[in-house]
Amino acid sequence: MADETPILKIHGLTVETIQGNTIVDHIDIDLKRGEVLGLIGESGAGKSTIGLAAMTYARAGCRITGGTIEIDGTDVRLLDAAGRRDVRGRRIAYIAQSAAAAFNPAQRIIDQVCEGPVVHGLMSRHEAEAWAIELFRSLDLPKPETFGRKYPHQSSGGQLQRAMAAMAMSCRPDILVLDEPTTALDVTTQIEVLILLKHLIREYRTAALYITHDLAVVAQVADRIKVLRHGRQVEEGATDAVLHHPRESYTSRLVAVRAAAASERVSLDTLGEETILSVEATTAAYGPLTVVNRVSLDIRHGETVAVVGESGSGKSTLARIITGLLPPSDGRIRFKGRVLSKSLADRSREDKRIIQLVYQIPDVALNPRQAVGEIIGRPVHFYFGKSGQQVTARVKELLRLVELPEDYVSRMPMQLSGGQKQRICIARALAANPELVILDEPTSALDPLVAEEILKLLKRLQAELGLAYMFITHDLDVVRRIAHRTAVMLKGQFVAFDSTDRIFAGPHHPYTEQLINAVPVMRTDWLESVLALRAKGG
Amino acid sequence: MLKLIATRAILGLATLFAVSVLIFVCTQFLPGDVAAAVLQQSATKETLAAFRRELGLDVPAYIRFFDWLWRALHGDLGVALTNGRVIIDVIRPRFANTMFLAGYAAIISVPLSVGLGIVAAINEGRPIDRISNIITLMTISVPEFFVGYVLIAIFTVELGLFPSLATVDSDTGFFDRIYATTLPALTLTLLVAAHMLRMTRTSVLSVMSSPYIEMAFLKGLTRSRVVAHHALPNAAAPIITVVALNLAYLVVGVVVVEAVFTYPGIGQLMVDAVTKRDVPVIQACGLVFAAVFVGLNTIADILAILVNPRLKYRR
Repeated sequence: MADETPILKIHGLTVETIQGNTIVDHIDIDLKRGEVLGLIGESGAGKSTIGLAAMTYARAGCRITGGTIEIDGTDVRLLDAAGRRDVRGRRIAYIAQSAAAAFNPAQRIIDQVCEGPVVHGLMSRHEAEAWAIELFRSLDLPKPETFGRKYPHQSSGGQLQRAMAAMAMSCRPDILVLDEPTTALDVTTQIEVLILLKHLIREYRTAALYITHDLAVVAQVADRIKVLRHGRQVEEGATDAVLHHPRESYTSRLVAVRAAAASERVSLDTLGEETILSVEATTAAYGPLTVVNRVSLDIRHGETVAVVGESGSGKSTLARIITGLLPPSDGRIRFKGRVLSKSLADRSREDKRIIQLVYQIPDVALNPRQAVGEIIGRPVHFYFGKSGQQVTARVKELLRLVELPEDYVSRMPMQLSGGQKQRICIARALAANPELVILDEPTSALDPLVAEEILKLLKRLQAELGLAYMFITHDLDVVRRIAHRTAVMLKGQFVAFDSTDRIFAGPHHPYTEQLINAVPVMRTDWLESVLALRAKGG
Repeated sequence: MLKLIATRAILGLATLFAVSVLIFVCTQFLPGDVAAAVLQQSATKETLAAFRRELGLDVPAYIRFFDWLWRALHGDLGVALTNGRVIIDVIRPRFANTMFLAGYAAIISVPLSVGLGIVAAINEGRPIDRISNIITLMTISVPEFFVGYVLIAIFTVELGLFPSLATVDSDTGFFDRIYATTLPALTLTLLVAAHMLRMTRTSVLSVMSSPYIEMAFLKGLTRSRVVAHHALPNAAAPIITVVALNLAYLVVGVVVVEAVFTYPGIGQLMVDAVTKRDVPVIQACGLVFAAVFVGLNTIADILAILVNPRLKYRR
């Protein structure tokens, strides 16, 4: 489907920070018309920097220091500011990760979509509006004629992401840079957007750089894949070849993490008999809005119960209710038969100790001005009255438990990587000797290889300490691997709560079915098979 | 949104009421006694008591407060104790003078400092940004009478362009007024410009680091279009707030500047009243100041709601 002249030809691209650190190192890209190249790698691999550099744009603190960037034969690095502006948006357009952040909150969507073609002098405002409406329609947006009159905050995340695709296509560019365009979306929304983006790229024969960390997603859209690490190329090849016969060990590891998800199952050895936590018909609301509606749940000693659902389904609110952060308006929470006070303020120190919480984003869950020793030492002192040497000894023991060196006691959070920070958060929770740990998406902010290590750690800790986990996530692959039982949450209610095997084996609640089918599989024909299934009315 | 605006307006009124209580209570604690101040040597015990009764000072304070407030709401601010003139008639021309000067200063300072703030933000780190920052920082760091005297030294003594005394009366024509008040207006401009300029610059810059600004650049827009169309509307709310604060300062904070240029404004009147212990006049001036201050800030709050589409159009 791709003809032979490259529309984008990047040679020896090098990007450095002002301090002189190289973040993109001699990258070559050849992109033909109508071709999609997947850029794969973990955070810090330089994927986004390359995507932006293709538009001769560097973020604050970075500079493009070497290489040529040819768009349709013209080296855009040699152009002056006006020449570069002329290329941006018109020949090459950008789709960002978070549409909610990429749309100006003070302007109507139609104004932002029409701005490009009008400013570039391609269309009159009237023509641009007609074209925008056509794009809205082909992107399946509701009421395409009037959709644009909305402000960004008046539409959902999935709709905005599609509107941003329309904005990128407004000048009919030759090249699209898609920077994790579906990462911020829920699985069921992600598949919709993925289908539409693929359709869009094919219909207008646009070349695309598709940046993502998710191999299963890139498998659906890319003709070729380039794997990046620390700003350097690891390998490049046809999508099938890279996914199924990776040449480099780093690629193999990335692929293996995804593959493990499909095969690994949870062991039932650690499972105890005793029910420790029971949530009974509990309801909670934020103001007039009921977020959790008559939910009942029980967790046994040594058990992992996963709670899955999309954003806004009430998963995290359930965690806040159990920990006492949000007092429920109705229902009861028992721990080993004893009723816990609804509000955290009324709970005894002992009641606070037995349930601990680990947050989604470790970067903001740690006080940046406290050293690791203080962060972990605080609950040791608070719950067990230890002080001085005893605290330090216990902190070191906890660091060993989460597989960090003892001398991390004096480190500040800023000096730690994301995975290390999450280990500190886990150590802080363990410092209280809890019986139940609530894990609120503990791996979703981490890169796949790091997330894998954290999952292994959590499993080991459960086996050693007999902990019970309530594991909140939207990632069904993770659920399959670690949860004994799984609850599926939709609009504040459980639509299913059963052993994980039975949840996945079916028969399913229609929503569970939808969730399971929406998880991308690392097969290039997966999206087609889903489409075929839908066409049959599945 | 209407509910939100109504809430702001009601809050404004409540604030004004609280301030009026405060003004009334504070004037009760002013050192000295008006009866003693007026009667001076002839103040025997009996004459003092009689004079107080005549002034209504023997009635409980809360009754006097509501009485005063009720009359004030009807435009009756009472009679000056010292010279027996109707206060509203004394205040009206003075207030008009103050508003004229404040308006003159505002017309120069607001566009100048908001404009310079935007220019500074667009040219962050370049010479024009640094120079405008340093100059406005200097003018805000020195006392206002000093700024006034420096301007007099330059424009009156050296250049002979403008008069050092801003004497106006009811017969002064518009252009003569402008001529007479140019130096005080410039002094006020220098005093308020720094605050507005820096806030504008900071607000625009903080918006400039948003992802939607990057997006605007990636659409191939010029820097000035990005600032005007994408950054400024989102930076409007804090700018409106700081402009309102400074406008209020132009009215309320002019006392010293009026003294330097002997301008017959309301600030002078209040200072005179304080020295003479003329409580009704003090109360009246305080009330006028409070009304201007609260009014401007309430308007700013309402404008900030109106420019925010998230508040204007619900989901």
